[in-house]
Amino acid sequence: MAEATTNLKSLLPPAELQRPPVVENNRGLGWLTDKLSAFAEGKIPLWWWVFFLPSAFCATVVLPFCLFYQVTTGVGVWGNNHPVMWGLDIVNFIWWVGVAHAGTLISALLFLTRQHWRTTIGRMAEAMTVFSVMMAGLYPAIHVGRAWFDWFMFPVPNSNGLWPQFRSPLMWDVFAVNTYVMVSMLFWFMGMIPDFAVLRDRSTTRVRKAIFSALAMGWTGSANQWHHYEKAYVVLCGLCTLLVFTVSSIVGLDFCTAQIAGWHATIFPLYFVIGAVFCGFGMVLVLLIPLRKWCGLQDIITMSHIDKVAKLALVSGLIIDYIYGMEFFIAWYSGDTYERWVFGHRLFGHTYMVLGWMLIGINVLVTQLLWFKKIRSNLLALFIIGVLINIGMWTERFVIVVGSLYQDFLPANWGKYMPTIWDVGIYVGTLGTFFMLYLLFVKFLPMIAISEVKGATPQGNPHHPLGGAKGGKH
Amino acid sequence: MKPYGIIAEFETPAAILAAAKQVRDAGYRRWDIFTPFPIHGIDKVMGLKNSLVGWFSLAMGGGAFLSGMGLLWFTNAFDYPLIVGGKPMYSVPMSFVPSYILMVMGGAIGALVGMLALNQLPRLHHPLLKNPRFELVSRDKFMLVIGANDDHFSAVETRKLLESIGGTHIELVEED
Repeated sequence: MAEATTNLKSLLPPAELQRPPVVENNRGLGWLTDKLSAFAEGKIPLWWWVFFLPSAFCATVVLPFCLFYQVTTGVGVWGNNHPVMWGLDIVNFIWWVGVAHAGTLISALLFLTRQHWRTTIGRMAEAMTVFSVMMAGLYPAIHVGRAWFDWFMFPVPNSNGLWPQFRSPLMWDVFAVNTYVMVSMLFWFMGMIPDFAVLRDRSTTRVRKAIFSALAMGWTGSANQWHHYEKAYVVLCGLCTLLVFTVSSIVGLDFCTAQIAGWHATIFPLYFVIGAVFCGFGMVLVLLIPLRKWCGLQDIITMSHIDKVAKLALVSGLIIDYIYGMEFFIAWYSGDTYERWVFGHRLFGHTYMVLGWMLIGINVLVTQLLWFKKIRSNLLALFIIGVLINIGMWTERFVIVVGSLYQDFLPANWGKYMPTIWDVGIYVGTLGTFFMLYLLFVKFLPMIAISEVKGATPQGNPHHPLGGAKGGKH
Repeated sequence: MKPYGIIAEFETPAAILAAAKQVRDAGYRRWDIFTPFPIHGIDKVMGLKNSLVGWFSLAMGGGAFLSGMGLLWFTNAFDYPLIVGGKPMYSVPMSFVPSYILMVMGGAIGALVGMLALNQLPRLHHPLLKNPRFELVSRDKFMLVIGANDDHFSAVETRKLLESIGGTHIELVEED
């Protein structure tokens, strides 16, 4: 028996094949607790103000001003007009929903597949999800034109005796987006309960203590509590994973049930899901790389984690490239004149040709840079690629929405679409709101899942020598 | 002052796991460990059964799914029958997606509510939270508490046991 155990031990993978540690430099549990709560407890650094003030200006001045003008005047203030009835409002809606998806994928799907490295970036990704779904939810609400009739979209009894018409995917969208907002918030909040307890126990002022005691709801960290908590976490992860694949699919269905050439394709639900995830990974890179540096989290968000995010971006990017190829192929293979016309004009039409080539240039060509390890270990390059992916995916949504609408079946019906200042103003406003909320989250809430990271270290493993296990027992 | 229990501190997850085994083998039943993160293997030592949270989630999620199906039938087929494209008034394909989405929402609420209910949270007060050393539980210490309501509990013997299994900072915690 002893022999057999020795033999088994020699089967451990060699050093170069072993997984990189979740936390570098063998940090202990106390160090991790101090480090991970330091930013939420310390003084506000200068860079935070530098980003917060312009974001807060966009959120509290630009957005309310544009919304006030748009809601009181009407959707006519946007560039939307016949035949392009869906403009930047829908483009931005899909873009924001897309940004949200990678957060859920990282926090839920990677949890179910037991990727321990996700513990370090999961919380930041979830926060990204929560705030970007909020921004997404704003657009359909104002896009309907008379925002005070938004409640017609919900099955509320009214004096006309009318109900929503549930055969429309647009109606499903109402349910999907609302559910997404709610479930991602629940998931985010539940994940933070043990970390609220950490901040409660560390708090030095009465006000902090009162706030975090209320948020932690009396969490003690008993084995029983953890037992139920872990179960609830798994269940929520499962449900959130369903949402990753459902919400954007339903947005895709909004398009493919329409007869418009360029929209009417069965690939759309998958297309939108993968596009969403791809775009979201771009946003994760954009948020993660500066925060890692400015908050001094190099030991926790390691280069290996960033490398993995980049690889996931590459994978989703490659699937997107395949779908682009498929779209063009099917347009040609279908023999449908209108389909061929639309797809030809994506790249060679005169109006939006630049955007078509930008889409190919970024989403197809720039993505290929992620194959190289040199690029994946260069933070500046990854940051720029992250920004480009976001721009590229925004372009893609513009090309799909506007590029398919502006020249439909009847040439007499053709038109053009140019966003107005109000279109742009609302987009800038939502960007500002997103970054403002994100900066507030980073500063005041536990931005990294403190308890999860500690549990993923060897010091937290009762079967590891560093966790106190006696030698011989692995 | 009524005693709540005796608290002992341990340094590593392996130590608390070993201590938990010994406390269990000594015949105690009303005890619990408090840790900064879940300890792998403690469920088995404490004999914790599969958590009921999943059932809460199933009940809420299933209920939401059925309510969704019912809602769609009531609104589009019964209360205001609506003909769209000559399709049947009520059919599964049209009602599945919204009901499924509602199921996800119900299931998620069920999981959170179930977790809070089974843990008896939120609670504004806990005897242990008044103990100054207990703050270290959320940092890097692992605590074991043997409740005063245990049949085997005795202020002297229990303390001796905790000392013998390597606990430090052993204190009597009072309920108030």
